[in-house]
Amino acid sequence: MKPLDQDKKNLLDLEGEKMETPKLIDENGKRLDGRAIDELRPIGIKARVLNNADGSAFIRWGKNKILVAVYGPRECIPKHEASPYKAQLRCRYTMTPFCSLEEHGKAGPSRRSLELSKIISETFEKIVIAENFPKTAIDVYIDVLQSDGGTRCAAVTATSVALADAGIPLKDMVAAVAVGKIENKIVLDLSKDEDNYGQSDNPIAMSIRDEQILLYQMDGLLTKEEVEKGLELATDAIKKIAKLQLEALQEAYLPTHDKFLDMNIEQKKI
Amino acid sequence: MEIQREINSELIKNLLKQAKRADGRGKLQYREINIDVGVIPNAEGSALCRIGNTQVLAAIKIGLATPFPDKPDEGILSTNAEFTPIGASHFEPGPPPVEAVELARVVDRGIRSSNIVDLKSLKIENSEFVKAIYVDLWIMDHDGNLFDASTLAAVAALKNTFLPKIEDNKVVYTSREEKLQTYATPISCTFGKIDEYIILDPTFGEEMAIEGMITITTSDQYVCAVQKSKGAGFSKKEILELVDISMQKAKELRQMLKI
Repeated sequence: MKPLDQDKKNLLDLEGEKMETPKLIDENGKRLDGRAIDELRPIGIKARVLNNADGSAFIRWGKNKILVAVYGPRECIPKHEASPYKAQLRCRYTMTPFCSLEEHGKAGPSRRSLELSKIISETFEKIVIAENFPKTAIDVYIDVLQSDGGTRCAAVTATSVALADAGIPLKDMVAAVAVGKIENKIVLDLSKDEDNYGQSDNPIAMSIRDEQILLYQMDGLLTKEEVEKGLELATDAIKKIAKLQLEALQEAYLPTHDKFLDMNIEQKKI
Repeated sequence: MEIQREINSELIKNLLKQAKRADGRGKLQYREINIDVGVIPNAEGSALCRIGNTQVLAAIKIGLATPFPDKPDEGILSTNAEFTPIGASHFEPGPPPVEAVELARVVDRGIRSSNIVDLKSLKIENSEFVKAIYVDLWIMDHDGNLFDASTLAAVAALKNTFLPKIEDNKVVYTSREEKLQTYATPISCTFGKIDEYIILDPTFGEEMAIEGMITITTSDQYVCAVQKSKGAGFSKKEILELVDISMQKAKELRQMLKI
């Protein structure tokens, strides 16, 4: 089997790109953006940033900026999708046409965004206590306003906050992070460049208390030991991210909280 | 919804007859306005505009496109408004509703007629392509007066747009060269009418109650776009008065918001 990075390089050549794979980890063990291999990008979360939505959250994760709104439980339309036993949880992940440092995107859902919508909905399927609201729908809308790798993990993290803000009963909180392999090392929280030129990308979402892996995808080639190392690295990071989620929810109840979007909210190194 | 609308409408009408509004504003007073620019660094230009609880994001992307056959020397300006389901409980995923199309077209007319951008400057020498400016209006929180919030966001974003380098008929997005030159600051003012009462900057509740609506976009001493909507009519005298008020308000907003 040919190594995957060779394949990726050939693909880039075919597309006429004149890019060479940059050195992703330097001799001091630092990554392109100066992070250590087990270091997260800075993260900021603000809950309740919208007036109309029943619950909302904005997350600024590295250069990613994602807005999540929750509506519901509300009447389920179309009616044939309603269940007599529980609320339908419907998450919709959208890349805005201006979110990437590339050309203007096309309207309408792509194959990628349809897949992500499905797996994000499933991430929360057993977390939301949907049995409390039969025949209704809980709609979660995720707009990626700016993307720089790891948007699905940031989206899952913000969705958990937005659902809690909407007062939807949850069995647990959920946070997510990606781990990956670059320069033959397992690293935490891949950036866009690391994902593009790296060897493997593994987005992982986990419930906080009982540590169930609710979303897990991967590509590339990893040994069983590398899979295990990745899962360990993700677990530690997810516990730290959960603290930020909690702080964001607590802040939303302070009298100083305003219900407005601040796209440049403070980010924390954790 | 209909019942709610009727109760609301009666309440708003009764208040107006006593020269009052539900939020305590004067008839011709804006809500608090705030603009943040450069909020989406991946877009070549961007601005988040807030009028009261209404929040609209405008993002500018630059691309290459084939010019229109009748205007081979001009670049392309394309405005789109998205009622993302995030923005209100009645916004649904899918193709844009007529209101979104109307909004995009009114904003487009205002910025296009004011000549805020010189479309001829978007021509690329020795190329079959021209530069295209895509303006996306993302309605994230709808509490009325989307016209004014969207025009403000679009103008602020255009005025903070950087043109990327063009090399061999390709856009190099990672390399931004110069600021997009702008030559005007169009500002729109939207008025609602109930009976003989006219109010500026209607909230979502007021928009449900009002019977006539008019948006007047002005750029210095010129009127550059108008949209009369909803059923009730305006007299000639009223329209001329509203043009005066729009020009005065636009002047105040340009100073206050420094755009």
